[in-house]
Amino acid sequence: MDLRLPSKVLEHIFSFVDSNEDRNSVSLVCKSWFETERLTRKRVFVRNCYAVTPAAVARRFPGMRSLTLKGKPHFADYNLVPDGWGGYAWPWIEAMAEKSPSLEELRLKRMVVTDECLEKIAASFKDFKVLVLTSCEGFSTDGLAAIAVACRNLTELELRECIVEDLGGDWLSYFPETLTSLVSLDFSCLDSEVKLSDLERLVSRSPNLKSLKLNRAVSLHALGSLLCLAPQLVELGTGSFSDKLDQEAVSKLAQVFTELKELKSLSGLWDVLPEYIPLLYSVCPGLTSLNLSYATVQMPDLVELLSRCSNLQKLWVMDLIEDKGLEVVASSCKELRELRVFPSGADVDETNVALTEQGLVYVSEACPNLESVLYFCAQFTNAALVTIAKNRPNLKCFRLCVIEPFASDHETHQPLDEGFKAIVESCKDLQRLSVSGLLTDKAFEHIGRHGKKLKMLSIAFAGDSDLMLHHLLSGCESLNKLEIRDCPFGDTALLENAAKLETMRSLWMSSCGVSFGACKLLSEKMPKLNVEVIDEHSPETRPDSSPVEKIYIYRTVAGPRMDMPEFVWTKHKNPEIGVSHLAIE
Amino acid sequence: MSYRLESVDKEGLGTSPGLKERNYFGLSDCSSVDSSTIPSADKKSSSLNFKATELRLGLPDSQSPQRETDFGLLSPRTPDEKLLFPLLPCKDHSASGNKRGYLAKSGSNNAPAAKAQVVGWPPIRSFRKNTMASSTSKNTNEVDGKPGLGALFVKVSMDGAPYLRKVDLGTYTCYQHLSSALEKMFSCFTLGQCGLHGAHGKERMSEVKLKDLLHGSEFVLTYEDKDGDWMLVGDVPWEIFTETCRKLKIMKGSDSIGLAPSAVEKSKNKD
Repeated sequence: MDLRLPSKVLEHIFSFVDSNEDRNSVSLVCKSWFETERLTRKRVFVRNCYAVTPAAVARRFPGMRSLTLKGKPHFADYNLVPDGWGGYAWPWIEAMAEKSPSLEELRLKRMVVTDECLEKIAASFKDFKVLVLTSCEGFSTDGLAAIAVACRNLTELELRECIVEDLGGDWLSYFPETLTSLVSLDFSCLDSEVKLSDLERLVSRSPNLKSLKLNRAVSLHALGSLLCLAPQLVELGTGSFSDKLDQEAVSKLAQVFTELKELKSLSGLWDVLPEYIPLLYSVCPGLTSLNLSYATVQMPDLVELLSRCSNLQKLWVMDLIEDKGLEVVASSCKELRELRVFPSGADVDETNVALTEQGLVYVSEACPNLESVLYFCAQFTNAALVTIAKNRPNLKCFRLCVIEPFASDHETHQPLDEGFKAIVESCKDLQRLSVSGLLTDKAFEHIGRHGKKLKMLSIAFAGDSDLMLHHLLSGCESLNKLEIRDCPFGDTALLENAAKLETMRSLWMSSCGVSFGACKLLSEKMPKLNVEVIDEHSPETRPDSSPVEKIYIYRTVAGPRMDMPEFVWTKHKNPEIGVSHLAIE
Repeated sequence: MSYRLESVDKEGLGTSPGLKERNYFGLSDCSSVDSSTIPSADKKSSSLNFKATELRLGLPDSQSPQRETDFGLLSPRTPDEKLLFPLLPCKDHSASGNKRGYLAKSGSNNAPAAKAQVVGWPPIRSFRKNTMASSTSKNTNEVDGKPGLGALFVKVSMDGAPYLRKVDLGTYTCYQHLSSALEKMFSCFTLGQCGLHGAHGKERMSEVKLKDLLHGSEFVLTYEDKDGDWMLVGDVPWEIFTETCRKLKIMKGSDSIGLAPSAVEKSKNKD
């Protein structure tokens, strides 16, 4: 008796399986499930563009409508990955243009996207709808013009913190009069001024527009006229909030804000002058997301604003908020889920000392739904960490950056081992953790023992020896991404736990003590890993025991990549590095 | 399941089951007088000597003033390889340099002493850093005419180096500051005496450069200005330089000979 379900039935069942994690599990059950799943998958996520080839992805998922790709490792955000390392979007776009011309959505993060790429997208995908580029670089506003002019059914164009060669604001004027489908437009990272009249016309003919994020060059005055045309906005990113307006203009603007009945998310607010903060009061009660991380106003004004945001779930702010301000957030924003506090100064000695660990303690005490924290601070204590851990066992993401490297508990002068121990012990569902301050190997022993759900871990200037790495690799069962810089371990732990690396997406180590020899050995023994050594001088000119600058290891089924620059060494780069060179005396 | 690989390290860690602490940085047992203490090692790690590997960044005004700010210790070099040009503290500060960047709390942030610029620390995205820089320059009504948009990032290339670096000219306050930073960045490439040793308090470096050239130094710092001309660094006052410089290049001394006379000419005319 044939017990297999007909594929039509399977297809129907799988149409209810949304998450890719579930779909991946489904595809492992048996061959027929694999087949049916792959033919019905519409949204494909490739979290490391070098883990698999574009051709393989296109072949496996012929029904793909949406592709999300990530390129460079996370530490590229902090300039640790040299220019030219890789992460090129072109091979993917070229392959999809040929094999998946029905592609509608492309979301790229930390990739190099050229104008050529954008032109190819515009020319190849007839029903292209969504382009979201996050932390990408390599293109100019000319490429945007190509997208604007050709994508007749465009719904989303979002540039999030990209580095764009800005050749002017004309690109916006290329959206044809026939384009009325826009739902989301984000050009906040561009510098040049766009033509206001073209922007106004675009907004007027986009009845579905829900999200509009302007760049800094859009004046406060212009904002007023735009908001009149789009009172239905759910997400707004303002431009510069600092023109001098006369009384009449101010009251008109205030009125316009009161019309924004659907507004849930507010960002931008560059250069916001304190006298304009009251303009925002009317939208505060409805806000669930508020990004003040570019607003250079001081605590009293922030408090006025935040005390009115009773429904706020996500708050990004600078340390200008100070402990006092966070105390107000704690009492006013009971729905808070995510808090990010960024430093207003760039360096240790420019830190705002009125923001201490106490601010975060207040929020952890009073906001029961708080699950995601990013906190930059000059100092911290174990006691505060213990309190936070006790208050908020539901934390999923905890990223603490004590700005001075090796800073100990400022009250007891102990390392912060005990504090982070409390965090990992108490927060059983913790998935992402960034540690900082003075930490010994013990801290990592605790993390290894308790951080069972930990997927991503970021470490800098910590630990004493190979034990730290050993604890993490042998203890953290769910570990997926590990990034470490400036820690004093060597080869031993890495080599002893080599098999672990195949269960992880990637491992980044820079300014640690891992030797070239260990890298060679690892890459020889672990063929499913790409072991990339990134070093200014050829490690081949140095002894094998000499440490290398940066190492990026990731699992892959694509084999060696073809686009490595000269400062990246892998065993495949130089075929002479064969087994014979690994002879151990 | 553990998968042990034979280590290539000759000191035989590969076969021993225990993990030993490795002192990669050639640090001798340093006594630390600062107030941080490390808890005593437990039984498992009794062979670990925390003090020997206690690393301190030794930033000025931090708790361990007795430690040198020497990035040679933190960089992954073998202990006998030294940086040719350890980080030089720059004591020459002008007010505009300090204002660069962020909300200077009045009074408290006027003279940062030697700044150890650690790449990528604190971990803030460049986009945010750049945005904040221009935000402040707008707020503080600086008269120096710095462009309002973004930090002053320029690419720095060097003959023979495999990749470019980018520097933010806004983080430096004078030529010497810039040249020290570049020395540190590119020191691995210099083969002989580097012609970048600064003008010791003088802003104009052109004459010193010439002397160095004559003495056969290898490299010279040049820049491309907004007109596309390549000039020797040091000709113009610092503020004008930061506005007009588009790219930096560390050239071999011999390649820059053509530049020298006209640059010196220009500076002579300015005198």
